Amino acid sequence: MLDILLARAKQGHRTGAYPDAQPTLPERLRGALRVLPDRCPSGCRACVEACPTAAIDIVPGGPRLDAGRCLFCTDCTSACPSGALEHTQEYRLSARSREELVYTREYEVKKAALDERLRKLFGRSLKLRQVSAGGCNGCELDVNVLGTIVFDLGRFGIQVVASPRHADGLLITGPVSKNMELALQKTYDAVPDPKIVIACGACAISGGPYAGHPEVLGGASAVVPVDLVIPGCPPHPYTILDGLLRMLGRIEERTTTKR
Amino acid sequence: MSAELLKVRNGRAFARADVPAIPVDEWRRAILARVAEGDRLVALFGTDGGEQGVQLWAVLAADRAGVLRLGTTTIGTTEGGGYLSLTPECPQAHLFERELFELWGVRPNGHPWLKPVRFVAPRRGEGVAGKVGVMDFYRVEGEEIHEVAVGPVHAGVIEPGHFRFQCHGEVVFHLEISLGYQHRGVERAIVEDAGKRRIHYVETLAGDTTIGHASAYCHLVEALSGDRVPPRALVLRAIALELERLANHTGDLGALANDVAFLPTASYCGRLRGDFLNLTAAVCGNRFGRGLVRAGGVGFDVDDALAADMVQRLDAAMSDVESAVRLLWSSASVLARFENTGRVTTETAAALGLVGVAARASGLDRDVRLDHPWGFYRLHKIPVSTLPSGDVFARAYVRWAEIRRSAQFARELLRSLPRGASRVAHGPLAKERVCVSLVEGWRGEICHVGATDEQGRLAVYKVIDPSFHNWSGLAMALRDQQISDFPLCNKSFDLSYCGFDL
Repeated sequence: MLDILLARAKQGHRTGAYPDAQPTLPERLRGALRVLPDRCPSGCRACVEACPTAAIDIVPGGPRLDAGRCLFCTDCTSACPSGALEHTQEYRLSARSREELVYTREYEVKKAALDERLRKLFGRSLKLRQVSAGGCNGCELDVNVLGTIVFDLGRFGIQVVASPRHADGLLITGPVSKNMELALQKTYDAVPDPKIVIACGACAISGGPYAGHPEVLGGASAVVPVDLVIPGCPPHPYTILDGLLRMLGRIEERTTTKR
Repeated sequence: MSAELLKVRNGRAFARADVPAIPVDEWRRAILARVAEGDRLVALFGTDGGEQGVQLWAVLAADRAGVLRLGTTTIGTTEGGGYLSLTPECPQAHLFERELFELWGVRPNGHPWLKPVRFVAPRRGEGVAGKVGVMDFYRVEGEEIHEVAVGPVHAGVIEPGHFRFQCHGEVVFHLEISLGYQHRGVERAIVEDAGKRRIHYVETLAGDTTIGHASAYCHLVEALSGDRVPPRALVLRAIALELERLANHTGDLGALANDVAFLPTASYCGRLRGDFLNLTAAVCGNRFGRGLVRAGGVGFDVDDALAADMVQRLDAAMSDVESAVRLLWSSASVLARFENTGRVTTETAAALGLVGVAARASGLDRDVRLDHPWGFYRLHKIPVSTLPSGDVFARAYVRWAEIRRSAQFARELLRSLPRGASRVAHGPLAKERVCVSLVEGWRGEICHVGATDEQGRLAVYKVIDPSFHNWSGLAMALRDQQISDFPLCNKSFDLSYCGFDL
């Protein structure tokens, strides 16, 4: 018993101050891409050709980016001959729809809140069932980690529950393999109305690196309607947490936060 | 006297013409002869052999000698085709042979039960797989026997798989595991892709083993193209691989504590796992190491200040891990649940060809880092940690021993990073070459086999995640156990679904 108490004292208090304070993120974190149009030579398609997931195309005025397809890898930034593309530290990436993830120049942080009725229902208590459908266990682990003392998801009234019948919605990861289509549909059907669906990670949003594979359906929206998209490969745990809180209307503005 | 197989070394390329192509009977005898000598079956897979049928490849490992042996045979898939199954004499072939049948229509005659492996479309022929999860399960019958079916969607935040328990009251007589839900077509796509997505496929083969699989792939393509990877890159890869091991082993010990309701260690280790992931993120910006291992070297370098900072953070994390994990070994309630639960005997582990932590916890002294060293492990050795008891305790304690050794290893390397470049340009792949690349990931042996065609394109690519060998070990561990111990046993193996399903 004594050694348990001693260990407890040594381990200390570890829950982050977020959302009252900004989270501690790795210095080299690859957040949303930014285009520096002055440096972007016209006629150059190096980034488009380097991107593994067709997350970049060229429109008048320069590259157009799709954060829903982006793997946040370094293929485009290292292919760019003039340093016109760079990763920012922007980790607040969630949006209500896939379309909102497409941008030129700089990613704009979204409000991403549910409508008032759903916020009223779920704002103080949200139970989610997680379904991995072809996920690589990257997104799954970074969802799981929200339950640790560092993030302490429970303090926001959000909980991952064991049964879809106890849930208010699904959090889906993976490109939705054909072999998981039926199980995903059945799990969705088992969640009582009204319900929400969160697509977490590039695979669940767009198929990620598996987009176009005949073995997968290319994301959650192929099977169920999606209410929130959380980009990343995998999204940083704070990106996921930020998305959940934004959806519930608990982080409203770009800079201010409220509990 | 059986035919000679080709002797090769881990991560060394050789000419495709040197790979012996032998008649199937001799090929089979050669494999069985090596297995009788104590070799392990590392890989057994098919590739398209054109008009002649299907080419079967076998890779065997003689661990003490550090030698791999390779041989192929070609077999027709027409009516009456097939060969005498290896499985009755060599149980470690059982799942490989089921895969041969599912993907290629090659029938290993005399195989005890040719069920689907992943429920996927065949590469050749009509295939046998129907709807995922729908197959003949082994059934125990009797008045007081009941069957419990679990999954594919589980209660926790984990990947999907289906488990069938044959129970007598609380006691599990038999567990059968049916997977395939995560199949994304990775092996097919690695070969068909022009190159842009390959590294991303291997980084997401099993996302918790990004460094392990990316290292196996990079060592393979570097061998095929003859890249001279700088020592600094090899050291940084080794550090990253050990950090991956530290993070996952620490997380597993926490999860094991959670499964026996010992909350202090569960809570501390959950946080500490993140501290190791954050060390990887300090190097490359991503907690799982995405973008770090790249053909020709590493995508990110570590300067002296970062290296010093990492040592400090590693020491701080290890001090907390010591305090958190030691509680396990001094708590009678934890030990009572860990000891003698989910036993896999040395004989069973050897027969099934288990690898990694599961093998070492069943008394098998096998670790690719020592037996078939690659990269910097050729120069810097990590002692192997084994325990004979084969129970949950052994699988937990081996992890603990490995945590300490990995931390020591990473610390030493961070303090003595070789100078020089961390990446060279990755050259084109040489024509008609083959390479077998083994890496000891945190779960165990990762095997990638690749071969190029006459134009230097990657034409053959096979991936064997350690989970492919080890799921059968979990099934055996459950025999005569309480069904309520399944989560504990499962976590003590902590296997990958997507790494198996590919």
